[in-house]
Amino acid sequence: MIDFDKWQEIFNSIRRHPLRTILTALGVFWGIFMLVLLLGAGRGLQNGVEYEFRDDATNSVWVRRGVTSLPYQGLPKGRRIRFTNEDYDMLAEHFKEVEYLTGRFYLSGDQTITYGKTALSYSVRAVHPDHRYLENTMMKSGRYINETDLKEYRKVAVIGAVVQKDLFGDEPPLGKQIKIGSTIYTVVGSYTDTGGDDEMRIIYIPVSTAQKVYAGTEELHQLMFTTGDMGLEEIQQLQEEVRDAFARRHQFDVNDRKALYVFGAAEEYQKFMNLFAAIRAFVWFVGLGSIVAGVIGVSNIMLIVVKDRTKEIGIRKALGATPRSIIAMILQESILITAVAGYLGLLAGVGAISLMESIAVEYFRSPRVDLGVGIAATLVLVAAGALAGLMPARKAAQINPVVAMREG
Amino acid sequence: MIQLRNIRKSYKTGYTQLEVLKGIDLDIEAGAFASIMGSSGSGKSTLLNIIGILDEYDEGDYRLDGRMIKGLSQTEAAQYRNRFIGFVFQSFNLLPFKTAQENVALPLYYQKMDRKKRQALAMEYLDMVGLADWAEHLPNQLSGGQQQRVAIARALITQPKVILADEPTGALDSHTSYEVMQLFQKVNKEGITVIIVTHENDIAAMTRRVIRLRDGIIESGGVAASASS
Repeated sequence: MIDFDKWQEIFNSIRRHPLRTILTALGVFWGIFMLVLLLGAGRGLQNGVEYEFRDDATNSVWVRRGVTSLPYQGLPKGRRIRFTNEDYDMLAEHFKEVEYLTGRFYLSGDQTITYGKTALSYSVRAVHPDHRYLENTMMKSGRYINETDLKEYRKVAVIGAVVQKDLFGDEPPLGKQIKIGSTIYTVVGSYTDTGGDDEMRIIYIPVSTAQKVYAGTEELHQLMFTTGDMGLEEIQQLQEEVRDAFARRHQFDVNDRKALYVFGAAEEYQKFMNLFAAIRAFVWFVGLGSIVAGVIGVSNIMLIVVKDRTKEIGIRKALGATPRSIIAMILQESILITAVAGYLGLLAGVGAISLMESIAVEYFRSPRVDLGVGIAATLVLVAAGALAGLMPARKAAQINPVVAMREG
Repeated sequence: MIQLRNIRKSYKTGYTQLEVLKGIDLDIEAGAFASIMGSSGSGKSTLLNIIGILDEYDEGDYRLDGRMIKGLSQTEAAQYRNRFIGFVFQSFNLLPFKTAQENVALPLYYQKMDRKKRQALAMEYLDMVGLADWAEHLPNQLSGGQQQRVAIARALITQPKVILADEPTGALDSHTSYEVMQLFQKVNKEGITVIIVTHENDIAAMTRRVIRLRDGIIESGGVAASASS
């Protein structure tokens, strides 16, 4: 019953000052709305970039050939570095910390692939069995390239889902024979890849077969490996050791950055993560700023409320209102307004974020806000609003009723 | 009922001290119907505010119904006001956004009385001042005399020992003033002490005891006066 009275008093006061209530509520609403929106957008940006990285293992290291730019022990600059199977073997033997290792042999340009009467053009990569882990290749049917294929120089091919659809339609592809250029291969598997359609337009064949059929040498064009769960610093050290080993084998200056390119995805990934840490800090800074503005707005309004109600407070005190009941009356109104407005801001923010989710932009994906953070922010704002109202409320409670009643 | 001994009170105005009450000795017995008179600036309203525990005094002793009223906390002062004293003001001081009935019931809200009980009691007191039909009206829908009667009902609802009225007829025409004074007489007959501050002689003449104040001291009608005079 008493509670009902309190609420009635509060609603009464709110009804009498709709504009003031709306202005207070708007400040709080906007603060929470912006915070939620910014946090959500920041998250979306981060998800977007992480999505761009999804295709390749984030712990992969790529080793590419270059041309020497420094003379080394009497050897001239401008020498082209070439990889062979020996480089692959060296990595496999000397670097036990390497998790998955593969070489790549590119067939020059796109190849014409023929099945029956259909002839289409796709790129072909000749790889080692571990390659599937570096590209996050997922088998759809059949199997990937294996060691036996390599040892026996089998003419087998693993085709992407797009290739399969284009060449075979609904026909099962396994065991079918396709022509790559003029050589016949047997399809042993098909795969999908999270990297999108382009990644599924590729045909994989055993590296040894390609070397024998298309080059007649043991050449490799590129080497790639993953580093397991090593930390960034360990990976960087490993990269330097790899560079060292290649410099010794191929006789170039270890400081010659153009002779060999060693690229670590982890380093790049870390750069983005650092960027996001900065963006998150900025988002919090701006979001908290708008919350502080909301709090200042609330305390301002509460000052006006107290000033406006001075005479009423005087009358109530004369009739026996205790200071505590005066403070409670003013604070409850402030808390109610901030709580409702904060809650609406939270709802609107979450709503706006789910609208943004339907926007398809590169580097922006599934914006989401931690609801706990939003609720915490609302609670902080309510508490701050109460605190902001407490000062003027206490002042109001100390008013001498005689002086107060003389006002207005 | 009321015992004042050497009460002093001064206000700071800028850099100077303005002494308003310069040693008041006053006894008002239970059941009295008294008026405090004086020109403006004589300190009569200040005296009433001290008696009503609305204001503090600097020196002296004040006993209300045997209780020493000194150095009370705000909360204690509020409880004393609520239980012992009913106020009636010149400008009525009704809450403009509450109906007559709600205004009358307000002091009981601060006694944490149940809402239904409160509203029923308020209705009784409104009936007593002859305004039962106006219970649902807001103050601005009532005449000045009606508003003052609502205020009197509000002052009475807690069954206080003392009714303090500060220029209760100051804003009313003479006909309405007499009606309000008749109401006060009726209240007094029921045993409640009524003290009225006024500067109108005819109003003061309707009370049974007149206390005259001049420049912060009692000129006549103070301690020496008795109910029989």
